Amino acid sequence: MRVLKKVLFALSCTVLAPSAYAQQASDNVVKIGILNDQSGVYADFGGKSSVEAARMAVQDFGGKVLGVPVEIVNADHQNKPDVASSVARQWYDTEKVDAIMELTTSSVALAVQGLSKEKKKITMTTGAATTDLTGKQCSPYGFHWAYDTHALAVGTGGALVENGGNKWFFLTADYAFGYSLENETSKFVKSKGGQVLGSVRHPLSANDFSSFLLQAQSSGANVIGMANAGLDTANAIKQAAEFGVTQGGTRLAALLFTLAEVKGLGLKAAQGLTLTEGWYWDQSDENRAFAKKFMEKTGRMPNMIHTGTYSAVTQYLKAVQKAGTDATEPVAKLLHEMPVEDVFAKNGKVLPNGRMVYDMYLFQVKKPEESKSEWDMYKQLSKVPGDTAYLKAAESGCQLTQ
Amino acid sequence: MSTIFGIPAPAFYGQLLIGLINGSFYALLSLGLAVIFGLLRVINFAHGAQYMLGAFAAYLLLGYAGIGYWPSLILAPLIVGVTAVVIERTMLSRLYNLDPLYGLLLTFGLALILEGVFRYWFGAAGQPYSPPSQLTGAVNLGFMFMPIYRGWVVVASLIICLSTWLLIEKTRLGAYLRAATENATLVQAFGVNVPRLLTLTYGLGAALAAVAGVLAAPIYQVSPLMGSNLIIIVFAVVVVGGMGSILGAIVTGYMLGVLEGLTKVFYPEASSIVIFVIMAIVLLIRPAGLFGREE
Repeated sequence: MRVLKKVLFALSCTVLAPSAYAQQASDNVVKIGILNDQSGVYADFGGKSSVEAARMAVQDFGGKVLGVPVEIVNADHQNKPDVASSVARQWYDTEKVDAIMELTTSSVALAVQGLSKEKKKITMTTGAATTDLTGKQCSPYGFHWAYDTHALAVGTGGALVENGGNKWFFLTADYAFGYSLENETSKFVKSKGGQVLGSVRHPLSANDFSSFLLQAQSSGANVIGMANAGLDTANAIKQAAEFGVTQGGTRLAALLFTLAEVKGLGLKAAQGLTLTEGWYWDQSDENRAFAKKFMEKTGRMPNMIHTGTYSAVTQYLKAVQKAGTDATEPVAKLLHEMPVEDVFAKNGKVLPNGRMVYDMYLFQVKKPEESKSEWDMYKQLSKVPGDTAYLKAAESGCQLTQ
Repeated sequence: MSTIFGIPAPAFYGQLLIGLINGSFYALLSLGLAVIFGLLRVINFAHGAQYMLGAFAAYLLLGYAGIGYWPSLILAPLIVGVTAVVIERTMLSRLYNLDPLYGLLLTFGLALILEGVFRYWFGAAGQPYSPPSQLTGAVNLGFMFMPIYRGWVVVASLIICLSTWLLIEKTRLGAYLRAATENATLVQAFGVNVPRLLTLTYGLGAALAAVAGVLAAPIYQVSPLMGSNLIIIVFAVVVVGGMGSILGAIVTGYMLGVLEGLTKVFYPEASSIVIFVIMAIVLLIRPAGLFGREE
């Protein structure tokens, strides 16, 4: 009998305890969904490592918020907006997911942010690039972390134009992200007095770029702007070297290129490339400490997508903590107001259109002989202040800010 | 400057040449598929994975044993061929009496498992593999820079395609193989070990895929996804050429490579579907394929 009483007592404790502590968190768990490409061209750009970054953020936060556990769920959207939307719908409707993050691939991010706006749920995009997320298609519950096509255009595009790259030809990935990146960069190049001679649109994961590179070469451009990402950019760079494109003095602008792709390409092929990222592991002791922990879990160094995802999850949990609830409206309001101060961003602020503004950096890929260790790959050229890198809310075209 | 179809002639020749290079891979891969289908009546969905295995074998041989490109060109296909023989003996051979669908499902499953395992080990971004020092650099052909390595790919692929065709059409062993597909029981009655012939054929087909993989390694990165990116196109090539027709696979491989290359000039957005459009048209007009015969 006494045993039975003890069991009953223990049971009632477990059943009652969470609800007693957390009147404010719905359904006794805060669930964050990481939805990204885990098997395709962008699997190393974000992928499973982003999921691990999100888990690290939860762990460092203590595993709990408002007294209830925080859970990370994840899924592979295969770069297909329809797959992503149906996963998101299922997460919101039946699995009580409170927010979706990462969202690599712009077409997917736009679809999921649209759906989430309808369902009044928070999205924090770190993996996708298009400025439309905080522009024409902005959402009061949508946040854009890490980077966007405008920052890339200003950073990498700006650096090349300043060094005499005034005739551009674009190699553009044939979907929302590519158009947005080409468009932002073209505008920037023209505003600095440069010319855009043409562009060619290639299917996602095209594999062979030699044909497009020849077209770029015969256009007479002195810069080939690669408005693509992931394996596509890596393959294009490699093939450009093979076909003597760079020998002729034409320069390559890898507009979206991160540590993960530099690693895949190898320093020999990637040396000298200029690129824009918001974070690099070897910038400070704090960064090195974070990168070391990340390395132990994933076997690779983080890029800005991974650390950005860590930052987004952390900031979301801070907002939930401060709001005392996981309800969308108050949390979104706090996310707009709270400054971002963590390992990823210093003095970060969120604009009314959902854009998180922080300083970006222009890096150059080291020569093989300059590199001291396996992941020692960048030297920092300059800092691009957040206010220059990102569009002002009023210029973004977002209805919410007018 | 003279123009062809509205584009400058040098650019046009450049694109033709690039089409020929891509066509070499299509031809090599579809050749292996056609050999396997022609003799085993198995639709080998693991072909892309075997191509990827060939590239990884070369990469691992270099990384762990210091074995360079040239020995790998022989060793990697051997390794992949042996694994294919094991697969055929332990799994595939049990399915010959069943509906062809089972062979397709088995090889498709194997492909997914292999790809998943390699993605787990190596990530998706791809590993670099350098061409051998004898074949680096490029020659200026006047109208374009021709990387020497790509020229070598065209030559190597032509040699391999031709010798495989000769092996099957002109030798005694090839005659046995063809006879075994026509009437296995009769050939067996003459004292030929038919199951062993089939095993060797599957091994040969897989080895051909691995050769293509080693050839591709220095051009594309060695990545777990390299096979699945290509395999669907290669299936289309085999269907257009005529299922099981070896000559058809070779000729169609080169032809579609060139056509795809030209599409990239005139309407790049369509370059990833042009082969399938052609497949649909050919199936409508000649259901057995360009070189296939009606059964």
